[in-house]
Amino acid sequence: MSEELITPEMFEHLVDLAAIALDPSQSDYLRGELNKQLNAINELIAIPIDESIPLAAHGVPYAQADAAPLREDCWEACENPEEILVQVPVSEDGYIVVPDIPHSDLE
Amino acid sequence: MALIDQTATEITQKIKQGELSAVDVLDSALERIRAVDGRPGALDDGIKSLEDEKKVHAFISLTEVRARKQAEEIDRRLQSGIDPGPLAGVPVTIKDIFCVKDTLSTAGSRILANFTAPYTATSAARLEEAGAVLLGKVNLDEFTFGSSSESSAFQPSPRNPWNTAYVPGGSSGGSTASVAANEVPLSLGTDTGGSIRQPAAFCGVVGLKPTYGRVSRYGLIAFGSSLDCPGPIARNVEDAALMLHVIAGPDPKDSTAFERVVPDYQEALKKDISGMRIGLSPDYFNITFPDPKTGELARQEIQEDVKKAVYYAAEVLAGLGAEIVEDVPMPNTAHGIPTYFVISRVEAASNLHRFDGVKYGYRTQKEGRDLNEMYRLSRAEGFGLQPKLRILMGMYVSAAQYSEQYYQRALRVRSLIRGDFEAIFDTHGSYRLDALLTPTTPTTAFKMDAVYGDSLLMQYTDQLTVSANHAGIPGISIPAGLDASGLPIGIQFLAADFREDIILQASYAFEQATKDEAWRKVRPQVLQ
Repeated sequence: MSEELITPEMFEHLVDLAAIALDPSQSDYLRGELNKQLNAINELIAIPIDESIPLAAHGVPYAQADAAPLREDCWEACENPEEILVQVPVSEDGYIVVPDIPHSDLE
Repeated sequence: MALIDQTATEITQKIKQGELSAVDVLDSALERIRAVDGRPGALDDGIKSLEDEKKVHAFISLTEVRARKQAEEIDRRLQSGIDPGPLAGVPVTIKDIFCVKDTLSTAGSRILANFTAPYTATSAARLEEAGAVLLGKVNLDEFTFGSSSESSAFQPSPRNPWNTAYVPGGSSGGSTASVAANEVPLSLGTDTGGSIRQPAAFCGVVGLKPTYGRVSRYGLIAFGSSLDCPGPIARNVEDAALMLHVIAGPDPKDSTAFERVVPDYQEALKKDISGMRIGLSPDYFNITFPDPKTGELARQEIQEDVKKAVYYAAEVLAGLGAEIVEDVPMPNTAHGIPTYFVISRVEAASNLHRFDGVKYGYRTQKEGRDLNEMYRLSRAEGFGLQPKLRILMGMYVSAAQYSEQYYQRALRVRSLIRGDFEAIFDTHGSYRLDALLTPTTPTTAFKMDAVYGDSLLMQYTDQLTVSANHAGIPGISIPAGLDASGLPIGIQFLAADFREDIILQASYAFEQATKDEAWRKVRPQVLQ
């Protein structure tokens, strides 16, 4: 097994970026799996790659003739705002209610 | 033989001719589901009874009331002389990764367990417009992240109808199980790394991944936006062709859906395969296998009876006049999984950032300090381990200091993988193939709990399917026999962009040539 590229410190940083709160038992499992997967991913580094090989955002070439026509750039009212708002976990008078953003008071 | 044991083509023909009603077919499907499916997946602790272990558990939501209204409407239209469409009265299931209006659309995840879709995905809508009866939403790996359907938050997870001690595969395991158990003739699945084809092989049904962009992704809860493909799952090739024709085509709501005419796939089935050039590649018979204890990667041959099934299929096709071309090099096939680990995880991390507990879905009930804490707690409590794993890996390989080493490199390797297929399908090249014939999976189905938890080993079950997703080309898995323990074996055809007609043609030829073989008469365990 290769060295552990994802150290506990790097793992905590990734968890912070991912906006997920983890408990220690999950952290141990996830960090272990990430390092195992990186062992496989690092096979990519050994592949001889010429800079002339293009980056493929997706496999099938997308020519202009295949592209859907652009829609009109005009505003359309949402047909069913009630059906959307009924999904909101906490709402008030048509507004979505969430906790305050992190902030500190100016002195 | 029950009404629901008939093919979709037979059912729709008989309904239109007045021999059957859509309601009768629906009732037959419901009777089958009650007999074999057991309790639907639910957000419980997953404690399974002995009874659970004998059932299929394909469903999350059975939408019987909705389906009955649709079936009654189909019958009313027919009585009024109106043609309801090419799928008139055919019950179908929908993988619960698609939004269907007024149904719970969960992605197999706690984070969407309470989400009722306000709109219907284009592919599902097209099925309804064609007269299909949407029977319900079927189970899957959470957010399609997996190859066994075990990671769903809705337990019990689906089981293989051929032997319920085994997985149905994934992530479209509920779809393939519902078709293999003859609960429905058709299901709508998705394939991002093999998630239609692999479970189709494990469950002994037909599963087709169309060309990327052939079928609209509008309404499909996204995993890998450059990889996801909705596609049909059916009991036979003719039905798969029928369903593909219904769901394929341009869509103004999906800018990646190609503006190309949909050919008549059923006409393609009638064509002779004489002269069709079909390749075999040694790179699909040797696989990479991660050691379950150490994770070290080694090469080994695929399961022997899977290999034999592919070569037997080649003989059958040669007997029908196809030209078999051996030793076709596909040298970048082995890079498919490492490349997929990178590209799919980056896209997954991006696509899952929208699930934050704000506008819809699960929100934590814990009092947090602020909005950031609400995000973290909601996502921690709402996501299972597999989504968390993919998000974290996506974060790592796309980070600024690593993206050239991983993400950009993976995108270049993707070009190499694409290049392998372009070379073999090039009409002026050395091989000039119409199709490549391969095994679909390195092994037949594995036992429940045997692989789950080992994310590396689980991902490598897709190593023979994933290259088609990187390249965007179409692929199909069809049944080709049973292994020594009676589990289905699948073979795969791959072809050039938008040549679904070729893979259907080759598949149909093989299916018809082997239709009287003994293994086709064997029924899944749950139907015995």
